Amino acid sequence: MATAAAQGSLFRRPTATTGWWGWVTTVDHKKIGIMYCATALAFFVIGGLEALAIRAQLAVPNGTTLTAETYNQFFTMHGLTMIFLVVMPLGVGIMNYLAPLMIGARDVAFPRINAFSYWVFLAGGLFLYSSFFLGGAPDGGWFGYAPLSTQLPGNGMTFYALGLQILGVASLLGAVNFIVTILNMRAPGMTLMRMPVFIWMTLVTAFLLLFAMPVIAVALFELMFDRVYNANFFNPAAGGDPVLWQHLFWLFGHPEVYIMILPAMGIISDVLPTFSRKPIFGYAAIVFAGIAIGFMGWGVWAHHMFAVGLGPVANSAFALSTMFIAVPTGVKIFNWLGTMWKGDLHFTPPMLFSIGFVAMFIIGGLSGVTHAIVPSDAQQTDTYYIVAHFHYVLFGGAIFGLFSGIYYWWPKVSGRLLSDGLGKLHFWLMFIGFNLAFGPMHILGLEGMPRRTYTYPDGMGWNLWNIVSTVGAFIIAVSIAIFFVNAIITARRGREAGADPWDGRTLEWSIPSPPPEYNFAEVPIVKARDDFWHRKYVVKPDEYVPVVAGGAVAEHEDDEHDPGHGIHLPAPSFFPAAAALGLPVMAFGVIYSWPLLIVGGLVLLLGLFGWVLEPSEVEH
Amino acid sequence: MATEELTSAVQEHHTSTGLDNTKMAMWGFLGSECLFFGSLISTYLLYRNQTADGPNSADLYDIPYTSVSSFVLLMSSLTMVLALAACHRKDQRGMRAWLLATALLGMVFIGGQIYEFTEFAHEGLSLEVSPFGSSFYVLTGFHGAHVTVGILMLLLLVGMSMFNRLGPDDSRKVELIGLYWHFVDIVWIIIFTVVYLIPS
Ligand code: HEM
Ligand SMILES: [Cu+2]
Repeated sequence: MATAAAQGSLFRRPTATTGWWGWVTTVDHKKIGIMYCATALAFFVIGGLEALAIRAQLAVPNGTTLTAETYNQFFTMHGLTMIFLVVMPLGVGIMNYLAPLMIGARDVAFPRINAFSYWVFLAGGLFLYSSFFLGGAPDGGWFGYAPLSTQLPGNGMTFYALGLQILGVASLLGAVNFIVTILNMRAPGMTLMRMPVFIWMTLVTAFLLLFAMPVIAVALFELMFDRVYNANFFNPAAGGDPVLWQHLFWLFGHPEVYIMILPAMGIISDVLPTFSRKPIFGYAAIVFAGIAIGFMGWGVWAHHMFAVGLGPVANSAFALSTMFIAVPTGVKIFNWLGTMWKGDLHFTPPMLFSIGFVAMFIIGGLSGVTHAIVPSDAQQTDTYYIVAHFHYVLFGGAIFGLFSGIYYWWPKVSGRLLSDGLGKLHFWLMFIGFNLAFGPMHILGLEGMPRRTYTYPDGMGWNLWNIVSTVGAFIIAVSIAIFFVNAIITARRGREAGADPWDGRTLEWSIPSPPPEYNFAEVPIVKARDDFWHRKYVVKPDEYVPVVAGGAVAEHEDDEHDPGHGIHLPAPSFFPAAAALGLPVMAFGVIYSWPLLIVGGLVLLLGLFGWVLEPSEVEH
Repeated sequence: MATEELTSAVQEHHTSTGLDNTKMAMWGFLGSECLFFGSLISTYLLYRNQTADGPNSADLYDIPYTSVSSFVLLMSSLTMVLALAACHRKDQRGMRAWLLATALLGMVFIGGQIYEFTEFAHEGLSLEVSPFGSSFYVLTGFHGAHVTVGILMLLLLVGMSMFNRLGPDDSRKVELIGLYWHFVDIVWIIIFTVVYLIPS
């Protein structure tokens, strides 16, 4: 079907930019960004429902809401969903929408690859979830430890190996695209040290993805060969070493936690200055701390393996490096506090979420340092204490930061303001619910409650905190519902936002909301960090010599009334979506029958073939 | 795959760094590939003596044979360089000839690999028999897959040039695929050294 459509466009390329086809064939970074965010929010709801089911099961001892099998599938899919289908794509979606706007570009470097990345991501997510209908979802944890993951019956963990592989393709291509975009597509005057902090963190994230994805790809391939083709990578009986899986997984896995947190750190580094009405405190320090994290993040992975028995030397070395990496993280915290210090604080919803990030992330960072200490980690590992830690950094950190970004840029994207009151209600409910849900897990963990276990006996002293935690989870659910209500109500009746509702500092606020397809009618010339702020408050506007769109000034003098005219935009294309369809078909082929593998491969090849032959712009 | 986007969107002839977008993308992609092969090679090094009940490398490797096929692949880098040179001279026919020669040498290499795999299989080395077998086939197999993708891209270039789909200033495409091809060659040199030459 899709190939037929693809064939058609060999002769006639899509022109519609509205309606369904407009979305399927778009290569506009803004539309792709919106699709990423919308898809990620849908998965957020699904992953959230799984979490509620888990908490319902654990509310009381000997719970019977879920069976052990379903519980294992739910906690695995919950983790996979939140990491790969929510936090990462939300970050990528916001980057997609904003990176070109913030650096003064008309699109990303490779718009069709960008569209391809989105469709591959969607295909990967749907492929993972199709496992529920095909005999059972992955059930060996998001970390997929071998040899459990190689031996679990059913196809669940094969879906895991292949699904993450597909998602990895999307991430890798996205990383290349963003690196080139940020390094190469900056407007005149936008030097590296004038870039918004969010752009810097995006760049570091892209490099982390670039080097982390191939490592997990190899691990997943090895898992796939073990499961499907009886290879012996992780089979101890034949001399295979399960610890190899752990090394490969965490060599990817620790950079991955920074992949999730750095975009959120970038967001709040742009939100806090706006609502403190001060520039970011210590720009260079926060940038270099981000880069330092990007390097040091590669030298700490074995702190996830303290209990494996790597020996005292390795354990001590990784304990030290782990404590060390908390230093650049701490630097950033002081940057944020310094930014707010003596600022003229405006407690809007995005600001509240940013402050929430800082507060919750400090707690998560401190518990992180406690398990950098090997003897103390021996007590903590595999208990709810760990669950508390990573939810404070991932939910209290990443999700709060991403919501800060959503509230902050919503008016830019939709052209309408969200309700402030409902936004604040969302924040406070989420903040309270979050701390009720995850705070008590510290205590439960220290009291010895193991994680990844579907039930617990009565009389362990764990009953009270478990019920509290479950209540907290449901409060979070209510708060998220309020967010969606807010979005729906204001979509029709919200106030017009105007170009610059927050009195912002960065370039995206200098253009209309929602921005026109070509972003900037005139490519801005950047003269300072926080350029737009200086244009509003310091520099007189007539000092600027704008570059007229589409090239030479003289050529376009006559169409001044139509600012978009003459700007060459990349044309829509069917091929990215068509080619992406090939990947899940191939993956089904690996699981069920090899002819499908060939069919999928052909779809992918034909899609790419048509893509190469199609010019990226329509000829005039 | 980064090569598929051969023309950048907004036809900027100058970029912030002065480097071409597609070339920067290719370098980034190849950087990522280093980690990919690095992980596969590490796995092999960990398992090269884990032969379980299967044959070991001393029983299997035929160094002279593999040296010849390695030499063939090395020569293909030379022909690739000549193809690019012809392209810069705007000698389309010469370019096509050298590209085809490169693809042919690549096919000879792949043929050699298929023969080698069949031989080894006869002698009892399989994915299933030992971690050594698993890591050997998966490492060299992924390398072979990369060569195959390279061959397809070379043939595509030849085809595009024949049907005049390559403009005169499209030497960049040849250059990009050349970069990829040389990279895959260098990876083979490393694999040849680490896998075949260093005794276990
Ligand atoms: C101050 C910085 C941090 C330190 C010192 C730290 C330390 C640690 C350590 C030592 C562990 C392993 C505990 C164990 O399994 O016994 C761990 C687990 C974990 N951390 Fe962090 N961490 C930090 C920041 C983060 C961030 C920013 C994130 C994500 C946004 C994160 C996410 C996780 C996750 C998901 C796990 C659990 C992995 C699993 O399933 O076993 N951490 N952390
Ligand atoms: Cu870690």
